[in-house]
Amino acid sequence: MAYSDKVIDHYTNPRNVGTLDKSNASVGTGLVGAPECGDVMRLQIQVDENHMITDAKFKTFGCGSAIASSSLATEWLKGKSIDEAMKIDNMDIVEELALPPVKIHCSVLAEDAIKAAINDYRVKNGLEALEIAKSHH
Amino acid sequence: MNLPIYLDNNATTPMDPRVLEAMLPYFGAKFGNAASRNHAFGWAAEEAVDYAREQVAQLIGASEKEIIFTSGATESDNLAIKGVFEMYKDKGNHIITCVTEHKAILDACKHAEKLGAEVTYLPVKADGLVDLQQLEDAMTERTILVSIMYGNNEIGVIQPVKEIAAIAHKHGALFMTDATQAVGKIPVDVIADGIDLMAFTGHKMYGPKGIGALYVRRKNPRVKVTAQMDGGGHERGMRSGTLNVPGIVGLGKAAEICRLEMAEESLRLSALRDKLENSLLVLEESYRNGNLEHRLPHVANISFKYVEGEGLMMAMKDLAVSSGSACTSASLEPSYVLKSLGLSDDLAHSSIRYGLGRFTTEEEVDFAIAQSLKAVNHLRELSPLWEMFKEGVDLDSVEWAEH
Repeated sequence: MAYSDKVIDHYTNPRNVGTLDKSNASVGTGLVGAPECGDVMRLQIQVDENHMITDAKFKTFGCGSAIASSSLATEWLKGKSIDEAMKIDNMDIVEELALPPVKIHCSVLAEDAIKAAINDYRVKNGLEALEIAKSHH
Repeated sequence: MNLPIYLDNNATTPMDPRVLEAMLPYFGAKFGNAASRNHAFGWAAEEAVDYAREQVAQLIGASEKEIIFTSGATESDNLAIKGVFEMYKDKGNHIITCVTEHKAILDACKHAEKLGAEVTYLPVKADGLVDLQQLEDAMTERTILVSIMYGNNEIGVIQPVKEIAAIAHKHGALFMTDATQAVGKIPVDVIADGIDLMAFTGHKMYGPKGIGALYVRRKNPRVKVTAQMDGGGHERGMRSGTLNVPGIVGLGKAAEICRLEMAEESLRLSALRDKLENSLLVLEESYRNGNLEHRLPHVANISFKYVEGEGLMMAMKDLAVSSGSACTSASLEPSYVLKSLGLSDDLAHSSIRYGLGRFTTEEEVDFAIAQSLKAVNHLRELSPLWEMFKEGVDLDSVEWAEH
């Protein structure tokens, strides 16, 4: 199976790899997936007082498409409000990276990671956690 | 050195140029049908087939009449399992095989089950070998066939074939072995090993694809299989179909080269394999899979914990290897062979199989070592699991959101 140029680009030069201080109230952390499934994504956002995402970092255990999906997600998150970020749909990632059907679960995981990070931030800051519709697996 | 480097010789081997050369005339002027008894074209083809049959028989210590040419190991496996079941089902309906067999064996057994066979799938020990006591305990008076592979395709372990054959025979059952990965790589002798049926194929021994063979013993005992392909009654009635003369010539030549060069080649390959393995095992949290002592000379299977195999292969873009990770498969299930050893799913997902071969050079192995080390280190930098491990987090205590 050949990877798209965009997957290869994100895989070879992953954006925003790293770790934010998860104990900081302005940081939201989403850790999704499981080692047994071959995919674990950790996505973190730094949010300012206006609920704008000023920074995003990721680390991913997984295949090239999973790494590319999370790298892309961090790019998209920066500069968005947490409400806008909730609207990122896994199919947008599929389209942007031209993921084949067998890799759609990587984009689902990225969407789940975004939502988990936002909810972590919300709960830490006294906001209610948003219901997360189970994505289309 | 040309890139990418081919280190997937368990999947298939490149054809030896000497094999190709031997085959070429049979695509051209010597195009005859080996079954044409009445003219020179047929005679030339038949002569070539007879010669190849001898070359193949010699490699495994068989008589040429015991070689049935097929399209490959999958067909040979099917013919052996289904053919023995059909032929001997009045004697008994029990077959014993093991969980790490190739799908061609497992699925042929599943097929036999639908037709009334009872199949025991023996587990393997953590090193990949079957437990002889468990085999002994599984034998019944209804057991007609024991089918255990010679060398494993994923981890390279060599089963105690001789001992398995003895147990099968003691209980009056036949012994079949899928020797696809072993024939041509290590000495295989059907007499000394006590083999009654044996499947193997051309393209794993530097011969062409689309040609394989089933060894079927002719005496002590005389083994018969029911044909699974009806037609002109070729191959002693066991496998009809016009003989693939160029393929057979290629398989014969490949067998001859293996017989003459195996001793030297396996020493060279095991030295290279050891170098590769030892250089990679210096990495923290890397593990070798399979029995160390009883194994093929050219295979290394290593799990690099906290990185995922497919992602790793992408980082080793100049190496053609394979992984037990199943990220590409719809099931998302990692290798059933590695799981049978008791490996956790995450270690199975983190495994890479390196398969060296006749044309692998030391320079290529050195390159593979350097690229592998770099790739593992790079991906661990990206891995949240590696970071957690380094922070002392017990990953088993984490509540993972399985998806």
